[in-house]
Amino acid sequence: MSEPVISSAPQGAPPSDVSDPVLSLVAHADDNLILAERLGEWISRAPELEEDIALGNIALDHLGVARALYTHAGQLEGKGRGEDDFAMRRPEREFLNVLLVEQPNGDFAHTMVRGLFFDAYQVELWADLSGSGDATLSGIAGRALKEARYHLLHTSSWVIRLGDGTDESHRRAQRAVDVMWRYTAEMFEGAASGYRDIWEKVIGDVLDEARLQIPDDPYQRSGGRRGFHSEHLGPLLAEMQWMQRSHPGLTW
Amino acid sequence: MDATQSSGADMVTTTLMLDLELAREVASQVVDPEIPVLTIADLGILREVRADAHRVVAIITPTYSGCPAMLQIETDLRSALGAAGFDDVEIAIIHDPPWSTDRITPEGREKLAGFGIAPPGGEIVCPRCRSGSPRVVSRFGSTACKALMACVSCGEPFDHFKEF
Repeated sequence: MSEPVISSAPQGAPPSDVSDPVLSLVAHADDNLILAERLGEWISRAPELEEDIALGNIALDHLGVARALYTHAGQLEGKGRGEDDFAMRRPEREFLNVLLVEQPNGDFAHTMVRGLFFDAYQVELWADLSGSGDATLSGIAGRALKEARYHLLHTSSWVIRLGDGTDESHRRAQRAVDVMWRYTAEMFEGAASGYRDIWEKVIGDVLDEARLQIPDDPYQRSGGRRGFHSEHLGPLLAEMQWMQRSHPGLTW
Repeated sequence: MDATQSSGADMVTTTLMLDLELAREVASQVVDPEIPVLTIADLGILREVRADAHRVVAIITPTYSGCPAMLQIETDLRSALGAAGFDDVEIAIIHDPPWSTDRITPEGREKLAGFGIAPPGGEIVCPRCRSGSPRVVSRFGSTACKALMACVSCGEPFDHFKEF
């Protein structure tokens, strides 16, 4: 694989400090929350009933992980912030998710390829964090690891079916790989750099079996971990947060 | 220590013990809202119940991250303990060590099979005709904990509680 070219962050970017334990928890929680929102958009629109249920289940897993991580982050921070404060009352610039998870669902192939790239990364992340000295984090990660493996089984088998399927499904799957690939290097910035080799092996095996190619274009996007997002996050947050924004402090 | 003091201390201890036993009994009878044949004790969700003079603390552990039943279980625990006279109840959630299907008791596994859900672990057999090697219809089922199977022998579709 060619060396990724990381696009420079916008001028005036705050220093990336996801080594801070609270920000690190929030960044991982943001990944899970935003992907849960994206997958939720498929509900009632999936190609078949079983897939509708599968995407809903996976979204709920991600949402559950996000909630546990936000709660833990709030406790560590000690300023009285809870899960709703993190999810519903932060502006876009304070979200630290990678750009990959906020990318639009596109067609079903785009959603499965995005999921494949992310799930394979999360398997490595949770395997690592399940050995954390922070017992709550290690417990959350230990549970999330089993779920991430299950999600990976689902997304990888779909990518193989689509890539190694009909001419049309192959064409669409390849287009999805071409679009999503530029958002992959960002996942391995900083502390996550050690996951990259295994991830490349896992992804390489799946793409080989799917008869799909990694694009030659080395261009990679970055910025999400510093709060600089693509144009797609704002509308997602607007929809997710509008109730709290319209009626601040509203509870069920 | 004279006899009066000794007796008083015993009485206090006995009262606390009785409360704790009752609280444990009540808490362990709370059922899972999605699989109501199983209690949260059968599922291994209820880790511990503690009590002091004022407060009962029920410690539970979440199952699947995506299980929306956890909030209902907290609510049901509070109301069951409240109905038994425990007004001051704290529900503590702990994540470490994470829950796994290994925590489901042997009795819980029998109840699952009796309810028509193939339990986790070991060979998956059809709850209706006991045939093995079912076909996987969907890895994701009606709830976070289940996958959908179909028996290749009798054709019956059934849920499998996912090994986790």
